[in-house]
Amino acid sequence: MIEFVSPTLDYALLAPILIVLGGAVLGVLIEAFAPRKSRASSQLFITLATLVLSLVSLIRVRDRSSSAAAMESVTFDGAGMLIQGSILIISIISVFLLADQENFTALAAALPGSDEERASLQQDLRVTEIYPLTLFAVAGMMLFPVATDLITLFVALEVLSLPLYLLAGLSRRRRLMSQEAALKYFLLGAFASAFFLMGIAYLYGYSSSVTFAGIHSAVIGGSGNDIYLLLGIAFISVGLLFKVGAVPFHAWSPDVYQGAPTAVTALMAAATKVAAFGAMLRIFYVSFAEAYWQWRPAIIAIALITMVFGSLVAIAQRDVKRMLAYSSIAHAGFLLSGVVALSKSGLESSIFYLFAYGIATVGAFGVVTLVRDSAGEVTDLNRWSGLGKRSPWVATAFAGFLLAFAGIPLTSGFIGKFSIFSAAYESGSTAILITGVLSSAIAAFFYIRVIVLMFFKDPVEDGTSVVIPSIYTQITITVSAVATFALGIYPTPLINFIQSSAAFLR
Amino acid sequence: MSLDNYLYLSAILFTIGAVGVVVRRNAIVVFMCIELMLNAANLSLVTFSRINGTLDGQVVAFFTMVVAACEVVVGLAIIVTIYRSRRSASIDDASLLKR
Repeated sequence: MIEFVSPTLDYALLAPILIVLGGAVLGVLIEAFAPRKSRASSQLFITLATLVLSLVSLIRVRDRSSSAAAMESVTFDGAGMLIQGSILIISIISVFLLADQENFTALAAALPGSDEERASLQQDLRVTEIYPLTLFAVAGMMLFPVATDLITLFVALEVLSLPLYLLAGLSRRRRLMSQEAALKYFLLGAFASAFFLMGIAYLYGYSSSVTFAGIHSAVIGGSGNDIYLLLGIAFISVGLLFKVGAVPFHAWSPDVYQGAPTAVTALMAAATKVAAFGAMLRIFYVSFAEAYWQWRPAIIAIALITMVFGSLVAIAQRDVKRMLAYSSIAHAGFLLSGVVALSKSGLESSIFYLFAYGIATVGAFGVVTLVRDSAGEVTDLNRWSGLGKRSPWVATAFAGFLLAFAGIPLTSGFIGKFSIFSAAYESGSTAILITGVLSSAIAAFFYIRVIVLMFFKDPVEDGTSVVIPSIYTQITITVSAVATFALGIYPTPLINFIQSSAAFLR
Repeated sequence: MSLDNYLYLSAILFTIGAVGVVVRRNAIVVFMCIELMLNAANLSLVTFSRINGTLDGQVVAFFTMVVAACEVVVGLAIIVTIYRSRRSASIDDASLLKR
């Protein structure tokens, strides 16, 4: 007979996640009861307050010795704390982008081009639902990398994905494209999570346990049926690789990045990637580490293909959001080399890379929201030419983010790339080092081509202009730019901090 | 009857679902195929639960049902919106983003 034990929960350690969920529920109540006029400002205030409060409570528990936040289901350790902190900081700066309501539809249910939509635009309606949806997604993202059993992992995956599917469909301009992005993201995301769930089933069949620790000891004991282990690792990897956008599971990301409202793309590209890699690092480092001979060759192959494919295809892109999407695919490849490194330095450099890359991504998409014509954002790269002459500050910021993506010294990207490739090299993957450096060189080509386009070509006169950024967007871009360069010039404090606390507890 | 047969059945259902997602063109049918995959995983979970003699698998199956229900809510909302603006639920028609 199986006895049920009542769970012991450490609320202090769970507080960062619970605060965000509480804020999200509060946001839903405001949607239901507050008068329409006061919603936008109160939602923004609650969202920001929630995220900041959550960050504060995270900082307060950073030195706690106990680690089991919810029995064996949620483990709070140094690496988890750093990843949660990164997600919170990235979400805080991207919430300022969301606050610029110009990006979102006035009434999501209205047909594109209908009278209803026109009336809603005239009445200046706003979809303030984006704030609670964002908070739910952020809560899922925070739970994803600290979940240490497969049930929690699956639920967190869905909590972070479902709001993002909806957010992708809420763009103000090009509604049809935005809805299409939501459909593609949803269908492919649900497809990937079905694989993920099948992987959970096989891992459970292998180890007769759903906790990471249980799987770990089953792998060491080696008594289970290895076919189930292989199938489990393969299927779970499909789900995770889909979320990080690695080849061959990347097909959704260019379309979704392009179709979704840019502010949502920023959050999706930066924070989701951090969360998904956090979970991936944890499950591979904690549960599958001893079975590395079974998955490492496959993940190395995927990392190599992803780097090369992302960098090569990005060259051919004419749309700035698609270009950034392929660049994020290439970065997923670079980050996978941190997963295969399977060492402490691999973990540390992955965390640094994720943080630096996330901040620069939010900033870059922030700039994309500013370049507009009368019909909305201009994402055609040809029409960006001469941007540096018309609005030097915006173009300089964008150039800075591109240089960080390319990994040029004095930006955060260089430190990130350098440390992640050296970690991969130390672990013996010379192939990753060589391919990584080569594809970084290819990638640098198209980043620099955009910079040349912005600064050394004459502006085209077709109504493209840079709008005066709202105070919110200014905050996002300034903070990201400052952080990108600060981490490039003086990364020592953050690196020391990461080194002192990054570790997974088993 | 050996419990392994349930695992084979689950694998077959999962494959039917996966093939369906790839070859079918109607968004609703694709979505139903995904649900079939989720339920195939559920069947595996409860079978393993029986084989292993622990309850965890059944607990996961309950969570899956809840998650699948949430997915239906979000998914149908998206598909219905697309259908209303295009008068078609075919995923081949939704190709504005391909260039």
